Amino acid sequence: MDDLLDEFIAETNESIELLDGELVRLEQNPDDPELISHIFRVLHTVKGTCGFLGLPRLAGLAHAGENVLGQFRDGAIPVTPEAMNPVLEALDKIRALVADLEQTGKEPAGDDSSLVERLNAVAKGGGSDNGNAGQDTQAAPEVEASAPQAEGNLFEQIGGLSSVDAAVELFYERVVDDERLRDFFADTDMDRLQGMQRAFLTLALGGPDEYDGRDLRSAHAGLVQKGLNDTHFDAVVEHLGDALKDLDVPDNLVGAIAGRIETVRGDVLGRDATPDATPEAEQPAAQEQPEAPAAKPKRSASNSIRVNVDVLESLMTVVSELVLTRNQLMQILRTQKDSDFNGPLQRLNQVTTELQESVMQTRMQPIGNAWSKLPRIVRDLAQELDKKIELVMKGAETELDRQVLDEIKDPLTHMVRNAADHGLETTDGRRASGKSETGIITLSARHEGGHIIVEVSDDGHGLSTDRIREKILANGLATHSELEGLTDQQIHQFIFKPGFSTAKSVTNVSGRGVGMDVVRSNIAKIGGTVELNSIAGRGTRFTIKIPLTLAIVSALIVECGGQRFALPQNSVIELVRVTKNSTYKMEGVKGTPVLRLRDRLLPLVTLKSLLEIDDERSDDETYVIVTQVGTYMFGIVVDRVFDTEEIVVKPVSRALRNIPIYSGNTILGDGSVIMILDPIGIANVTGESSATDDQSMDAIEEQSDASEQTSMLIFKAGKGAPKAVPLALVSRIEEIDVREIEDAGGQHSIQYRGRLMPLVTLSDTTIIRSEGKQPVLAFSDQGRSVGLLADDIVDIVESDVTVEMKGGQPGTIGTAIIEGRATDLIDTTFFLKQACDDWFGVQRDAGFGEKAAHQILLVDDSSFFRNLLTPILEAAGYTVTQAENGEIGLEACKTRGDFDIIVSDLEMPVMDGFGFVSELRRDPGFDKVPIVALSAHASPQDISRCEEAGFTSHVEKLNKDSLLKKLKECAKQTRDAA
Amino acid sequence: MTQTAQFNEAGAKAERSRFEEYLSLMVGGQTFGIPVLQVQDVLSHQTVAPVPLSPAEVSGSINLRGRIVTVIDMRVVLGLEPFSPDQCPKSVVVEYGDEACSLLVDEVGEVLELNVGECEPNPANLDSKWRELSNGLFRLETELLVVLDISQIVSAPEKTLDA
Repeated sequence: MDDLLDEFIAETNESIELLDGELVRLEQNPDDPELISHIFRVLHTVKGTCGFLGLPRLAGLAHAGENVLGQFRDGAIPVTPEAMNPVLEALDKIRALVADLEQTGKEPAGDDSSLVERLNAVAKGGGSDNGNAGQDTQAAPEVEASAPQAEGNLFEQIGGLSSVDAAVELFYERVVDDERLRDFFADTDMDRLQGMQRAFLTLALGGPDEYDGRDLRSAHAGLVQKGLNDTHFDAVVEHLGDALKDLDVPDNLVGAIAGRIETVRGDVLGRDATPDATPEAEQPAAQEQPEAPAAKPKRSASNSIRVNVDVLESLMTVVSELVLTRNQLMQILRTQKDSDFNGPLQRLNQVTTELQESVMQTRMQPIGNAWSKLPRIVRDLAQELDKKIELVMKGAETELDRQVLDEIKDPLTHMVRNAADHGLETTDGRRASGKSETGIITLSARHEGGHIIVEVSDDGHGLSTDRIREKILANGLATHSELEGLTDQQIHQFIFKPGFSTAKSVTNVSGRGVGMDVVRSNIAKIGGTVELNSIAGRGTRFTIKIPLTLAIVSALIVECGGQRFALPQNSVIELVRVTKNSTYKMEGVKGTPVLRLRDRLLPLVTLKSLLEIDDERSDDETYVIVTQVGTYMFGIVVDRVFDTEEIVVKPVSRALRNIPIYSGNTILGDGSVIMILDPIGIANVTGESSATDDQSMDAIEEQSDASEQTSMLIFKAGKGAPKAVPLALVSRIEEIDVREIEDAGGQHSIQYRGRLMPLVTLSDTTIIRSEGKQPVLAFSDQGRSVGLLADDIVDIVESDVTVEMKGGQPGTIGTAIIEGRATDLIDTTFFLKQACDDWFGVQRDAGFGEKAAHQILLVDDSSFFRNLLTPILEAAGYTVTQAENGEIGLEACKTRGDFDIIVSDLEMPVMDGFGFVSELRRDPGFDKVPIVALSAHASPQDISRCEEAGFTSHVEKLNKDSLLKKLKECAKQTRDAA
Repeated sequence: MTQTAQFNEAGAKAERSRFEEYLSLMVGGQTFGIPVLQVQDVLSHQTVAPVPLSPAEVSGSINLRGRIVTVIDMRVVLGLEPFSPDQCPKSVVVEYGDEACSLLVDEVGEVLELNVGECEPNPANLDSKWRELSNGLFRLETELLVVLDISQIVSAPEKTLDA
């Protein structure tokens, strides 16, 4: 009995969780008959089991709820929130009762009559008369009024499903008491049997087809073997008849029903003699009561069993050990060629991997399990807050580790609550801002690499930067001066700070003292990260990235000071090998090591100094592991990098638990114990108080700093100062074999990607080597390439580029100081023109045809850019006038007024691009002139700001192609307009 | 082994059930005892993988049949000079809670059956560090045996880290 009870509790809990979601769905799709019958069945199962186990309170509640659902299904009452509320309440009550039952083993005493009455009232309210069938499950529900209805088939005549249901219950009691039939019911699942009977009868009487049992004959073969004969069949029919009579079903109907049953007698008893029973009744009929028990329980039993989680956990542990031992064996095998063990060990290897996967599979559960409560929560919140909310769930079938699932359940719930409470506007608010009344909260999950990405987004008003700012100041999280200069994004990150809640009033919904900081730390605990993205007026999106599983992870094994460490692979972005001669070099800023990695400066953490390992060896060759925590990127410097290995994460002992930079330890294939480094811990220890917010700010700051700068490629060519060219203009850097250089048409050229690429030299002093390799900078455009021969590629630097001296020499724009050295800036257009005269000519033709050159006003404070762009634009057929800032540009417009297109930088001294354009737009002569904005980085905010100010379009600085394309479009527009 | 028992026959006879077995070990010239039921293993010299940043008491971790065991240097715990790398200390693996710790000691002695009733409280003038670690002491024939409190030893590194 205890086992039964346990089973019941587990099953009921599951069912209720399921019902929660389904009922809410029903409210939204009141016309889905399948949904209704499913809910009805689940509730019915609960009811039946409760009755069987002698749990009257539960049975009563379930029954009353079932009645309401019965009315929904029959369409007697409409599915409305008002009708649904007591049903949901009943579910909550059932849940509470089951919880009590689980604790005490007894159903607690209490009275549910008011709730039951309300349920019955709802059921009745729809005008149905069988709603008052009574709370007492075991008592026969009275199906008075519906029986005499003369219309419809038998099923409808006897009063629909509720009558069938009642009849089955009565019938069932009788059958079990009948000595003749008892044997057939031994060892059967009573509840399932009832369900089968109900479905069968329904079908036999012409009701909806719900029967999914086995085919008649096969189902009954077993029963016939057991000795089923006509006597038994007669007894069954008799009991059924009696049961129906008990329900006041008129005699004539009982007779008709008995007749229907009679038609399947042959099939049930497995006789061939009665082959032609009514065809439509035949098939289902066969499953008569006795067959059901044999069929259904077996089928479901073989598909799934309940296993205690502890068993799975210990299985997992054992398999982990096996994996380790396997790794050890494989390690040994690698050192011994041609061993007899080779074959068997390979098989062991394979089998272990399969076993590991299978065991992992047992731990995997669809993320939907963590979401099942959410529809209900959202529904209740919507009522409470008087908002209209729709919860959209995508990817609920995405599977992840049970342990991870448990950990994210609460954070997710919290975020959904937040979205409903703070994120979405009230119905009025939404209407006012021109949105649909129903706010949408979207939950989505998907696999990405070894991670699960879960997104919680709403289409509400987005985070209120002002209110966050107020709150930050009020809570003393930062000072005025600190907040100044922070972008909205950076300010938003403060919601992850401890003790932060933006809700104006502490509602029942949020403001429970749990903040986003807890959410974030819970997610961080399982190695996940949260990112926040909010657009004012459009909504907020949280992106959670979590590992699939915690038990076995793929890790990079590194060495530092002669010791090995494991670094979880999922935080590793890339590996960079650094030697004295490598492209990337480590440098120091006031003793702080940094790495120039392409276009960014990467802060470095030297593992050796972090771990306080004394090691005398020089760092001729080191590796930088580029690591990402949240949005913060940093490099970990190690001596060597080995392989990646699948490691089993074991928690560190208590003695070491307080060291933040370890997340665990593990045993490698060779048996050695190594520590697992925790990237989050390392980021925190190295001065970043908490990796995900502060760092992301740094990253953003870094970015905006960088925006003032340009990546320049420094190279040597010919005599004199080093040369520089914006990296964005170089399509590739190639090293060519000088023997492949050919002389054709009086020009050096080389076959490059199947075409002939002309080679040019910067000046006559550039030497074309006689042998070996020589670097070439390739510039490509419209499928053509030109190569500029260089002597040596020096570096790529981020630098402010200010032209100090105008270039006197053809092919240079001027001279600038880069990295403390005077450097010649190369005018790429000059060389391109030199190499192929027709290059720009083609564009010119394509651009404007017969039309005379367009006048362009180029406003940019950097003479470098002006000088760089002017030749490009001129080459494309425009006539260019330059202006140093907005004010000068404005003057130029006023004095000349014949510019067809204006191209302007955004950030400039005296008057910036925004000011310039808004001013210019006021002038009626310029209110329609296309104005193209140039900026180094095109964030959505920038673009929208540009549009507000009056720019026609926006182009990334240094993106020559898109600028020319844009200008062409503008020119066409002007021409069309003219 | 049963010297103490003979020492006090009356008590021994009266309270036979209170005899307990202790594993004796030597650290820095002093004899200590650990209840034998808490001892899981006695190992000869092991290769210890150091753990950077660990508290001084922890000399590293070892792999004990697939289980990772933290190694605690008893000399440091007792406020003595740590073992130097060229020494070959013995390891006594003790079970505490669901974790195991390996204690590095100079020598491992034998198992003594001692009458719990004869255990004496720590002398009032005992070094405060030792007093925390000691559950009392036994007067053996030739020396004193200090009963070690495993829970205190195991948590010693944590305290150091916190401090």
